[in-house]
Amino acid sequence: MSEITAESGGLKKEFEHHVGHHFADAENEFTANKLGFWLFLATEILLFGGLFVAYVVFRSTYPMTFHEAHEHLSKPMGAINTIVLICSSFTMAMAVRAAQTNQQKRIVPLLAITLACAFMFLVIKFFEYKAKIEHGYLPGYWYTPHLATDPPNGNIFFGLYFVMTGLHGLHVLGGIGAITWIMVKAKKRQFSSEWYTPVELVGMYWHLVDLIWIYLFPLFYLIG
Amino acid sequence: MATQTLDAHRPSVSYLDAAKGWKNWAYTLDHKRIGVMYLIAVSLALLVGGIFAMLIRIELFTPGKTIMTAETYNKVFTLHGIIMVFLFIIPSIPAALGNFFLPIMIGAKDVAFPRLNIASYYLWITGAIFTLAAILINGIDTGWTFYTPYSVQTHTSVIWMGLGIFVLGFSSIFTGLNFLVTMHKLRMPGLGWFDMPLFLWAIYGTALIQVLATPVIGITLLLLIAERVMHIGIFDPALGGDPVLFQHFFWFYSHPAVYIMILPGMGIISEVITTFARRHVFGYRFIAFSSIAIAVLGFLVWGHHMFVSGQSEVATMVFSFLTFFVAIPSAIKVFNWTTTMYKGQIALDTPMLYALSFLFLFSIGGLTGIFLGALSVDVHLTDTYFVVAHFHYVMMGGTVMAFLAGLHYWWPKMTGRMYNEKLGRIGAVMVFVGFNVTFLTQFVLGSQGMPRRYYDYLPKYEKLHQMSSFGAWLLGSAFLLMTIYFVQSLRSGAKAPDNPWGSLGFEWRTPSPPPVENYDTPPDISIGPYDYGKVYGKPAQADAKA
Repeated sequence: MSEITAESGGLKKEFEHHVGHHFADAENEFTANKLGFWLFLATEILLFGGLFVAYVVFRSTYPMTFHEAHEHLSKPMGAINTIVLICSSFTMAMAVRAAQTNQQKRIVPLLAITLACAFMFLVIKFFEYKAKIEHGYLPGYWYTPHLATDPPNGNIFFGLYFVMTGLHGLHVLGGIGAITWIMVKAKKRQFSSEWYTPVELVGMYWHLVDLIWIYLFPLFYLIG
Repeated sequence: MATQTLDAHRPSVSYLDAAKGWKNWAYTLDHKRIGVMYLIAVSLALLVGGIFAMLIRIELFTPGKTIMTAETYNKVFTLHGIIMVFLFIIPSIPAALGNFFLPIMIGAKDVAFPRLNIASYYLWITGAIFTLAAILINGIDTGWTFYTPYSVQTHTSVIWMGLGIFVLGFSSIFTGLNFLVTMHKLRMPGLGWFDMPLFLWAIYGTALIQVLATPVIGITLLLLIAERVMHIGIFDPALGGDPVLFQHFFWFYSHPAVYIMILPGMGIISEVITTFARRHVFGYRFIAFSSIAIAVLGFLVWGHHMFVSGQSEVATMVFSFLTFFVAIPSAIKVFNWTTTMYKGQIALDTPMLYALSFLFLFSIGGLTGIFLGALSVDVHLTDTYFVVAHFHYVMMGGTVMAFLAGLHYWWPKMTGRMYNEKLGRIGAVMVFVGFNVTFLTQFVLGSQGMPRRYYDYLPKYEKLHQMSSFGAWLLGSAFLLMTIYFVQSLRSGAKAPDNPWGSLGFEWRTPSPPPVENYDTPPDISIGPYDYGKVYGKPAQADAKA
């Protein structure tokens, strides 16, 4: 197997991946890693699941508040961020594909675009947060809205908004770290069609982060 | 790997002798060493939690102040609960004994992700450090359930404790995730799901809950911390929030967590009873599937902790109804274990004594659970010592008995040493008697109206409280005795044979203690772990009926 890797991937010898001593073969190791990562993603969904439940509870308790408060969120900015994240998911998928098909030169630029989108998302989010904070919407002790249209219990809406998008933002930050990590490895030509597990897993993670935003966007910005 | 083939015909090195020195332990990736380190860690947690329990029982020896103030008492019972639940019971069987035996039982060399395994151990240590910080900084007095609004208002260290449990949650999730993947991907060739020892089915159910329920307590604690730090108002009615929502979140994890605690114990009982009764387990598939059924049903009954919290009447009735369903798979297990022993050649060694204690005590714990699941009865008994007694019968009479059964059963395999069997049996009897004296009285106290968590009580309860305290001290001395003979076993115990109990479990077909990669030669799986009939011959009478 080592011969095949060396020929097909053009890997430097020291980066060759060794299958763990407790796995039967590379296929066994790869599927085990993937199964483990799916389970990890399940825990992520449940982590956010709790917050979505809180959202459902309070939206059904205060439907008018949610409707009025959501008017203060910027729909264009949310929409742009949605597009940015979907694009980044697309380039991430392309990067995984490039690794699978051994097109090593394409991996790094595709990951770079993904990374750029992730940063862009955070920059847009920063300006959104800034505007909210200036209007006194930061929840908790700092909640001091001063617009005439502010509904009662708006703090609950903005509390959930900041906690949910904030936790999502932390996941974007985590994703930035992970993508940078595989970019460094890809630059060293450590991935090939023989072994690209980290690319695959970071890809799965990034799609989940994207997916969570795809739920957050309509739930907060597009309340009918 | 050329070196390995050279080594193959040399006698193998045991995992204990492989690479000595504390560094080789601290950085180890060997699941057996990690299991042993977990065992030491959770035993220390048990000791600390136990000391808090003794303090509670001393304080309650007389009404009014005995040795501590009411504020201290609140902290002591809270810490007893938190340490026992999050630092001891939840990781005890899966992370310590499961880690050690799961890969051996499926013929694997290690768990699927050894690095994640050691990481989850150090996450446990981190969680324990946070807990220690909480104790040292201000203590915590909310009860282990952290109910809002009090947990938002109290001046004790809720944030430290919350972060600690958040980190412990990760430890638990990673262990569960690791075990699930290991069982799916690393079973030895030819070992089907239904050829696995039943301990593993129990661990599988446990791991499912660990992965799927624990994130919810994580987010609950994050929200609680956000509530304390920023005062967002999600759980605060004054700000439009809902304190009952906290209880829903909390129990959505913490009820399934009860099954994280009991399921692995049930797995041990299946192993111990078959070994010491020399009988094929009765109804393998029923026991296997009942583990999964318990895991699934466990997610649907959290509301029975909240019958008097103000949830809707419809929800209350549905939760009560679903709660009764959990009794079915639990009862299947108890009946099947009992039937397994029928016409068996029962040997009353220490592990079996604990397994039998489990059967008695868990049955009492389970049946009193039905009292509490019934709405009208629960309204009377809720928040009394009846509840305290009930969950101690399940958690201590169940899980801790099973843990002790497993610890004695596998001790020779793990350490390569035998313990003093006579002292072991004396200890088991002391535990059984001490436990019942402590907690049977609490059923009576509760049914007479003694509320849980109270510092002071009416004089009429004094006799029963004192009896309960005497029981607790007997229990405490039993643990002291265990510590003595285990230490003695490590220092000067007789060398353990590979299979001291004559068990057919796969783990007994490798040397004691096992070699680094678990087996020198793969075990012959044509004889299953319960084929006692094939090996020892069937009892004539039972044969005719079957």
